[in-house]
Amino acid sequence: MNSAAFFIIGIITLSGAFAAATLPKLIHAALSLVVAFVGMAAYFFLLGAEFVGLVQIFIYIGAVAVLIVFTILLTRREPDRDRGRNWGGAVVALAVFAGLLWTILKAKAFDVSAPSIQPLTVKQIGEHLMTNYVWPLQCVGLVLTAALIGALILVMEEKR
Amino acid sequence: MTPTLQLFLIISTALFSIGLLAALSRRHAIFILIGIELMLTAANLNFIAFWRFSAQPQQPTGVMVALFSIAIAAAEAGVGLALVIAIYRHYRTTDVDQFDQLKG
Repeated sequence: MNSAAFFIIGIITLSGAFAAATLPKLIHAALSLVVAFVGMAAYFFLLGAEFVGLVQIFIYIGAVAVLIVFTILLTRREPDRDRGRNWGGAVVALAVFAGLLWTILKAKAFDVSAPSIQPLTVKQIGEHLMTNYVWPLQCVGLVLTAALIGALILVMEEKR
Repeated sequence: MTPTLQLFLIISTALFSIGLLAALSRRHAIFILIGIELMLTAANLNFIAFWRFSAQPQQPTGVMVALFSIAIAAAEAGVGLALVIAIYRHYRTTDVDQFDQLKG
């Protein structure tokens, strides 16, 4: 695992996420979110979970980000600038960050380097999905179907 | 020097806090959804990092949980954005401070 790659990806991911959280215009925030998602996919590649990185790119960038952009375009009538911030939220977020950081730095069990592993192939993941994880897979299929139908019902025009 | 588990946890904590900042401090419904997506990806990074640094990385438990979590996040985004569109039709705004019909 390369240290330089880690820090470059970290800077890209965190700056993308911070821009997504703070930029005043929605469409800019949605595009910065894509940068943050690409950085997360790069982390998954770096950690040796190539399939999860690909799934991240397909689903988050290909589907979720495009869905967010479409929703922004569909709901844009008034000016999309934010009217003021809620600074209490910033304080809460900073407090959560400080607390978690303190815990992580205090725990000695997290200060380990990665063991060398055999690469996890897509074939192995598929075999696990079809044997050990077949019930969770079916449940996720059911959840996705229910979400699809629910989303369609929510956005259907109401009959007068 | 190679990155330790600690560094990955710090990155994912920072991402989670940025997502929390977006979800709590913005008044626009789509910004809140963006924050929730950021928090979910931070959780996925934690799953993958704990899997990679665990004692038995041959058992792909963390990878499986991350995959299922990505699928649930996709369902959540679809329903959430459909809700935003439905509420926009009703109120003609996406400012969450003005969704006040259920307020007591």
